[in-house]
Amino acid sequence: MIKSLRMTVLAGLASSAAVFATASNAVEIEYWQYFFDARVTAMEQLIENFEAANPDITVKMTTFPYADYRTKVAAAIPAGEGPDVVQLFYGWLTDYIDAELIQPLPEAEFPAADIDASFFPMVQAMKVDGQYYALPTAVRSLALFYNERLFEEAGIDGPPATLDELVEDAKKLTKKDGAGNITQVGLTTGMTAQDHHWFREVLIRQFGGEPYKDNYRTVNYNTEAGLKALQYYADLEKTHEVTSSGFMDEPQAAFKAGRAGMHIDGSFRIGSLADIRGLKWGVAELPVGPDGTASNYSSYWVNAITTKSEGEARDAAVKFMQYVTSDEAMQVWLEVVGELPAKPSVGMTDENANDPLFGPFIRGLENAHTTIFANESAQRQVLVDMVARTDIQGMPLEESLAQAAEDEQKILDEYYAD
Amino acid sequence: MTFYRNLTIRQKQIAWAWAFLAVPVLFYGIIRFYPTGNAILISFQDWNLLGDRTWSGLENYRKLVADPVFWKVFKNTFLYLILGTPISLVLSFIIAYQLDKVRFMHSTLRMLYFLPFMTSAVAMAWVWRWFYQPVPTGLFNNLLAQLGIPQIAFLNSTTNALPSVLAPAVWAGLGFQIIIFMAGLRAIPVSYYEAARIDGVGWWTQLTQITIPLLRPTIVFIVVFSSIGFLRIFDHVYNMTTNNPGGPLNATKPLVLMIYGTAFNDFDMGYAAAQTVVLFVILLIVSLLQLRLLRSE
Repeated sequence: MIKSLRMTVLAGLASSAAVFATASNAVEIEYWQYFFDARVTAMEQLIENFEAANPDITVKMTTFPYADYRTKVAAAIPAGEGPDVVQLFYGWLTDYIDAELIQPLPEAEFPAADIDASFFPMVQAMKVDGQYYALPTAVRSLALFYNERLFEEAGIDGPPATLDELVEDAKKLTKKDGAGNITQVGLTTGMTAQDHHWFREVLIRQFGGEPYKDNYRTVNYNTEAGLKALQYYADLEKTHEVTSSGFMDEPQAAFKAGRAGMHIDGSFRIGSLADIRGLKWGVAELPVGPDGTASNYSSYWVNAITTKSEGEARDAAVKFMQYVTSDEAMQVWLEVVGELPAKPSVGMTDENANDPLFGPFIRGLENAHTTIFANESAQRQVLVDMVARTDIQGMPLEESLAQAAEDEQKILDEYYAD
Repeated sequence: MTFYRNLTIRQKQIAWAWAFLAVPVLFYGIIRFYPTGNAILISFQDWNLLGDRTWSGLENYRKLVADPVFWKVFKNTFLYLILGTPISLVLSFIIAYQLDKVRFMHSTLRMLYFLPFMTSAVAMAWVWRWFYQPVPTGLFNNLLAQLGIPQIAFLNSTTNALPSVLAPAVWAGLGFQIIIFMAGLRAIPVSYYEAARIDGVGWWTQLTQITIPLLRPTIVFIVVFSSIGFLRIFDHVYNMTTNNPGGPLNATKPLVLMIYGTAFNDFDMGYAAAQTVVLFVILLIVSLLQLRLLRSE
């Protein structure tokens, strides 16, 4: 509180000094994001570059802890306070449009057809009725992390390319004690982590299905393909015994401890794995399905112009949005935050696409899908419960899958009802 | 100022009394009663934190009654109460009763029992969460595995999870109850016991005829206090099941955790407020009932 007060006073002094210095044609716009160290550093760098190129515009960045972010935004904008450009999770877009917190990006500067062509296809989830409301600087996708030391020990020469190879390699990597308890898993699993994305957007599609219809408003996985996908997932633990959900509490913890051969996770995990001593790991694209289908899941944070922004400030906000979605900004974001560029023109450069760490994630973006969630945590819970019912209560897979589809449809219906 | 000078002494005293009372009155008004009233209001509305609040009448309550998760959670909440309160009451009484007689290292022992009460619930829940893990990380399961006994799914089970979560919560509250019981025991006049011993009465009769009846006010306090605590259990459950809050399959989810999830994951503030009102009513009824039952005679 005292710190923020002091910041306001300082900012006030600085801005009044700026007013005296550059007469009256300077515009100040405000940018809000939630607090995450690397993202703040990257944005500071972008603001500095932007201000150098546009000396008549100053950008003031304010950050909030993640937990308070939504409430603050909701309270400030209707009151005419707060940001001109705001950061939000892609899944919140509908809520923000409904609450009239953000305005569409102007067609003149952000022609929808150009964006369709220049960004990775999953960004089209940000288009409502032909108009883009928000755009990402960076995106995230999934890939397979593998422990090189354990691979060597098991005599496997490279990461698996197909789902069948995944099972075979996992078998070689699994270790058990005398009583049959697993002490090292071949592959980590857990619907509570990233597996619900892997199941939804990757496995179901690889077994020939389409997880949702009507722009993610109708659940469509209670099908043969859905059942095959669930069978494959459940078999990893039940039939092949190469994994145990909840092993070492969290999948990433098991991988970090060197007790897991393979681990599916997002690009945001790279940073925390880089610091683990003695862990030698590599990244590979997700294994392809039985018919060679590659698929991936992508999520991202976007920036949008708020409804509070008008006149000069809005013009400045548009310029700022253009800059933060430029190729230059995306390269900065990749280098500072480690998140992937949202445009193929930056991502698919030779250097980026063949980067040993980021490459597999970036190549995955080409066939990535973005689930349009109504309520991500509730929809994740549906899949967590689906597996728990078969695992703990011994419910047949068909029955549990049908119930999951029904439960998730209920969430979607309720959300889209009003 | 002249206005003040013209007041009688009695009126001045009242003015001063209110001046001092103003702080707690304002505090309670603004920090307690205003939000409580607001919560009751929101329970009849539809609000996602972002848009406008709209009236929805009894819709949130209708949804509550029809929600199977709510009834599961309702049952869990009472399970925490029905298991937690008597177990912690009996345990803390036995420990306090014995501790009262111990002279050797009395204060050290008392401190050891009191220590968990001072420990952060979050830290404690995480340590217990790791104790409960399967092989190779969990302490309990590693011990079982070394003895050649099959592993027990402490947390990943719909039947074991609730008692497993409850155990550290009981342990944590024990220290406080022991201290209260010991104070109660010390307050019983020694002359009663001397008279009993002169009459040649055994320890069991002393316990049931003197100690327990005279401890009634202490017992009432502890029962009410710990009941409210178990009805509001949250920290332990949330921290031991963060990956799958209240899971597996809602087996450990108490009402407060459901309220939290509805409000801050689903952003369905109206529905969350309706659940809060129900919790408020339950707490009120349980407290009044216990006060009446235990205070009669």
